[in-house]
Amino acid sequence: MIGELDGKAPTHPLAERWTNHKFDMKLVAPHNRRRFDVIVVGTGLAGAAAAATLGEQGYNVKAFTYHDSPRRAHSIAAQGGINAAKNYKSDGDSVFRLFYDTVKGGDFRSRESNVYRLAELSGNIIDQCVAQGVPFAREYGGLLDNRSFGGAQVSRTFYARGQTGQQLLLGAYQALAHQVHEGTVQLFTRTEMLDLVLKEDRAAGIIVRDMVTGQVTSHSAHAVLLCTGGYGNAFYLSTNAKFSNATAIWRAHRRGALFANPCYTQIHPTCIPASDEFQSKLTLMSESLRNDGRIWVPKDPGDTRPTDQIPEEERDYYLERKYPSFGNLVPRDVASRNAKAVVDQGRGVGPLRNGVFLDFSEAIGRVGVETVRERYGNLFDMYERITDENPYRVPMRIYPAVHYTMGGLWVDYNLMSNLPGLFVLGEANFSDHGANRLGASALMQGLADGYFVISYTLANYLSGLLGEKPVPTHDPAFTATEANVGDRVARFLSVKGTRSVDDFHRELGKILWDYCGMTRNRTGLEKALSEIPALREEFWKDVRVLGGPALNQSLEKAGRVADFFELGELMVRDALHREESCGGHFREEHQTEDGEALRDDEHYAYVGAWEWTGKHNEPLLHKEPLSFESVELTQRSYK
Amino acid sequence: MDLTLHVWRQPGPGQPGEMVTYIEEAKDISPDMSFLEMLDIVNERLIAKGQEPIAFEHDCREGICGSCGVMINGQAHGPQPGTATCQLHMRKFADGDEIWIEPWRARAFPVLRDLIVDRTAFDRIVEAGGYITAPTGAAPDANIIPIPKVVADAAMDAAACISCGACVAACPNNAAQLFTAAKVQHLNLLPQGQPERYTRVVRMVETMEQYFGSCTNHAECQEACPKEISIDFIAYMNRDYVKAQIKNRRLLGQTS
Repeated sequence: MIGELDGKAPTHPLAERWTNHKFDMKLVAPHNRRRFDVIVVGTGLAGAAAAATLGEQGYNVKAFTYHDSPRRAHSIAAQGGINAAKNYKSDGDSVFRLFYDTVKGGDFRSRESNVYRLAELSGNIIDQCVAQGVPFAREYGGLLDNRSFGGAQVSRTFYARGQTGQQLLLGAYQALAHQVHEGTVQLFTRTEMLDLVLKEDRAAGIIVRDMVTGQVTSHSAHAVLLCTGGYGNAFYLSTNAKFSNATAIWRAHRRGALFANPCYTQIHPTCIPASDEFQSKLTLMSESLRNDGRIWVPKDPGDTRPTDQIPEEERDYYLERKYPSFGNLVPRDVASRNAKAVVDQGRGVGPLRNGVFLDFSEAIGRVGVETVRERYGNLFDMYERITDENPYRVPMRIYPAVHYTMGGLWVDYNLMSNLPGLFVLGEANFSDHGANRLGASALMQGLADGYFVISYTLANYLSGLLGEKPVPTHDPAFTATEANVGDRVARFLSVKGTRSVDDFHRELGKILWDYCGMTRNRTGLEKALSEIPALREEFWKDVRVLGGPALNQSLEKAGRVADFFELGELMVRDALHREESCGGHFREEHQTEDGEALRDDEHYAYVGAWEWTGKHNEPLLHKEPLSFESVELTQRSYK
Repeated sequence: MDLTLHVWRQPGPGQPGEMVTYIEEAKDISPDMSFLEMLDIVNERLIAKGQEPIAFEHDCREGICGSCGVMINGQAHGPQPGTATCQLHMRKFADGDEIWIEPWRARAFPVLRDLIVDRTAFDRIVEAGGYITAPTGAAPDANIIPIPKVVADAAMDAAACISCGACVAACPNNAAQLFTAAKVQHLNLLPQGQPERYTRVVRMVETMEQYFGSCTNHAECQEACPKEISIDFIAYMNRDYVKAQIKNRRLLGQTS
């Protein structure tokens, strides 16, 4: 039974909380670390950083990735940057300000203690990455450069051209590769986790499938770390990589791990609009573009003149108009909803009238085309390849797309789920971003969790297990779960229906986007709640997975989509229960007079963590109350 | 657009494969589709007919993860310079075109299925020395060592490599010099990379040679590279490798 959820945040004053907690936690001495086996699933920023750090410290690490190399994890695609409260620009930044901006940006639905720790560790991350050889952008004097991102009035974002995620991941991957070479980390590539094994309610290991041979095997350890990213691909169309999936966390959820705030999904405002129904994914254009790009639509919905013939006074720079102090750099949720609003008014631009302009002509006039090329060249090239339009000459067209999921498995301050021994890091957990994530903070969180938090909190957990051996994989707990996994794989192959996995996935995605996307309302959510289970039933009766168990991409997808069906239903249920608007969760019934999100702090200032109660039962809601000691809950304003 | 595709189909590693022609499945292709979206459509049509879809590697579909990559009419990543397969759009082809699609052809990259190859030899090169030893938590303040902008930019040019393997596939010798040079020089150019500079280059080059052919300066790699990485880095790597052989490494603090 799960009682009241305890976030286990220490009670020291906020600024000393992590420091004191580090001292209070138990340690594992260097000579004892090799007696502990640790499984790390996923090798993106959080996973690679954690595996490398724990390997360095002397633990026996097994790291798993479904890619052929850890360097391909989707962290690699993050473009714009990583925040750190270094205050190198001397423009008023501080740990407290980064903390404050992040709590406010998350619309007061995150845990203060976690966010403060994140802000506190942000500077260490930059130090660590520079030492690893991450080629951050520099000023001519050789010092590090910064730029601005949404939701902040200081310049605290460190970047490596438009490829910051790539460079940070390469840093973590190289550290991991070093440990693989040293033999402290054993790396399993092209291997997907298909279940979590519990023994006496503790995480004891995982069941995996070798995606090349199809062989299903068991791996045991003293602790399991899930660093498997977010679930944005439930929507089918998103900016996530095609393979990004929720199977690891969803399987853990079905084994008892609570799933927190599943309805908090981030719709990123600057993506290339969809061009046709065959679109396979959406491409993000970095938020950093909003530093210099101005967002507008024609004032007149019927205006189809080429952009250079629309005079200034007939353009509506709606963000600058509505939010004069933040302008084009309002947080993502605000920018996205406003784009949807103008498109819904019929003022959308482009052949399908499904976008808004992001215009660089003013910036090109102000700083020159070369400076703009230096700042955003690779993004402009990427845009031109996809759309065949040159953004140096005509404004980009952008529209919001699913990008990031703030929800995830519930964890306490130590990043441990409610299942002892199961830790969750990075986007896969729910912890730091509340109801809306600010730009350039996902990389920060993944690396803070992986480099600087987990080694302390994991030691604290493992110290209690000294002398205990991991559960052997011939234990019935493993053999039974392994058999289940094998049966499930065989079941996909035996349905032999008529519709492809993608066909089902696209339909599920459309339901979620229509009813649980940028805005939600009760009628739509209730409709989704009846449509999703019906479609899921059909999926299990009619899906067509050809071929056998060895290297079979349809089979891989089938397992992931089957899990998205169940998770999608939970997202809708969570959105339906949360009778307020906050951050990325916008209920049309709950808005201010001028259309901003209207929170209900009296009734909903809590983390909603759902417990799986079986396939045919409704999930059970547990609440972790959120208390705010250091910031005052206010209506967010970016005006 | 109506196309004729010739695609390499191979059921598994070490098994015989063949080129298979698809005409019906490659009709009505929109020029705005990406190359991989075109393959998605072909696959949906194959599945509808009860035939197994073409296996191909892909993930981010925005040219950064380096998963994708096929030979298109004999060119690695196809006809558009500086473009990974996933970023190539069908408007670069004409109605009625015949397109030949094959996996990377290199002994070090065995085919796993259809268009998917095993590129883990690249990871062995990185594991051999493609890192700076910087244990977590030991780093000094990030601004303590200024790095001239041109140096940071050059390191970034090298670090832009996405490890797709096009350089190897395009090389008549299947050499991996461009990949290895990009990896070596990203770190060897930076002040933080100096302590391990010479051991790094020796270990990485020698590991590379266990898997890949030798470079004879064809420069096909540079042409094929979706990130347009310059072969100048190969020259820098060779310079460091030669220096590493000549210098008294013990005096430089390089003991291995």
